[in-house]
Amino acid sequence: MKQRPLSPHLGVYKFAYTMSLSILHRITGVANTVGFFVFAWWLMAMASGPESYGAAMRCLSTPIAKLLLVGFTFSFVYHFCNGIRHLVWDTGRGLERAQARRSGVLVIVSALLLTALIVWLGCAALARGAP
Amino acid sequence: MSLRTPLGRVLGKGSAGDGVSHWWVQRVTAVALIPLTAWFALALLGKPLHSWEAMRGWLGQPWVAVFTILLGVTLAWHSWLGVQVVIEDYVHGKGAKTTLLLLSTFLHFAAAIAAVFAVMILAVSRP
Repeated sequence: MKQRPLSPHLGVYKFAYTMSLSILHRITGVANTVGFFVFAWWLMAMASGPESYGAAMRCLSTPIAKLLLVGFTFSFVYHFCNGIRHLVWDTGRGLERAQARRSGVLVIVSALLLTALIVWLGCAALARGAP
Repeated sequence: MSLRTPLGRVLGKGSAGDGVSHWWVQRVTAVALIPLTAWFALALLGKPLHSWEAMRGWLGQPWVAVFTILLGVTLAWHSWLGVQVVIEDYVHGKGAKTTLLLLSTFLHFAAAIAAVFAVMILAVSRP
C-alpha cells in the first residue's frame, strides 16, 4: 500500500495530563465491557437457581475478585464522570484549555471519592446475608 | 472548485445521511446510561447480595425487571459501539481486525440476550 500521511501526529504535542485522562476513558471503557459480561453472567447464575448463584457469589467473594471489583468500581465511576464531561463538551461548552483542565481535576477527585464511598457501602452490602 | 473526489462526482450519490449515526447512538446510549446505571448501582448497594431469595425477589418485580432489561440492552449497545472504535483504531491487520470485530459483535449480542433472558426468567418465575 502507498504510504499516505497520517493524522493526528500525537507525538508532536507537549504532554498534558488531560491526555492521560483521555486514554483512561478508553481503557476504563474496555474494562467496563468486561464488567458488563460479568453482569450478564451474574444474572444468568441468578436465573439458574440458588446453587449457581451461591457459586457465582463465592467466586465474586474471593480476595482476587474483590480486588478486581474495587478496580472495576473505579473504572465504572471514572467512565461515568468523564463521560458526563464528554457530553458537556459535545454541547460546545467547557472546551477552553483552563476549563478542560479544571473539569479534568474535578473528574479525578469525584471518581476517587465515589469509588471510596461505593467500596465502603459495597462491603456492607456483601456482609449482609453472607454465608 | 469542488471538494468532491472524481469518483464521488461520477457516482453522484451524495451523502447517505447516516454518517453521524454511530457517534449519535453512542451519545444517546450514554445519556440513557446515566440514570440507569446510577439507579442499579445504588439499589444494589442496599441489597443483601448473598441472599438468592432476596435478590431474585427484587429483580423479578415487574418494573425492576423492565429497567434491568433496559440497562442490559443499553450497556451492550454502548459497549459494542465503543469496543468497535477501539478495535478499529488500534488493530491494523485486516484479518485480525475483522476477526476481533466479529468476536466483539457475537459476544455483545450473546451477553445482551443472556441478560434479557435471565431477567425474564426471574420475572416469570417469581413466587
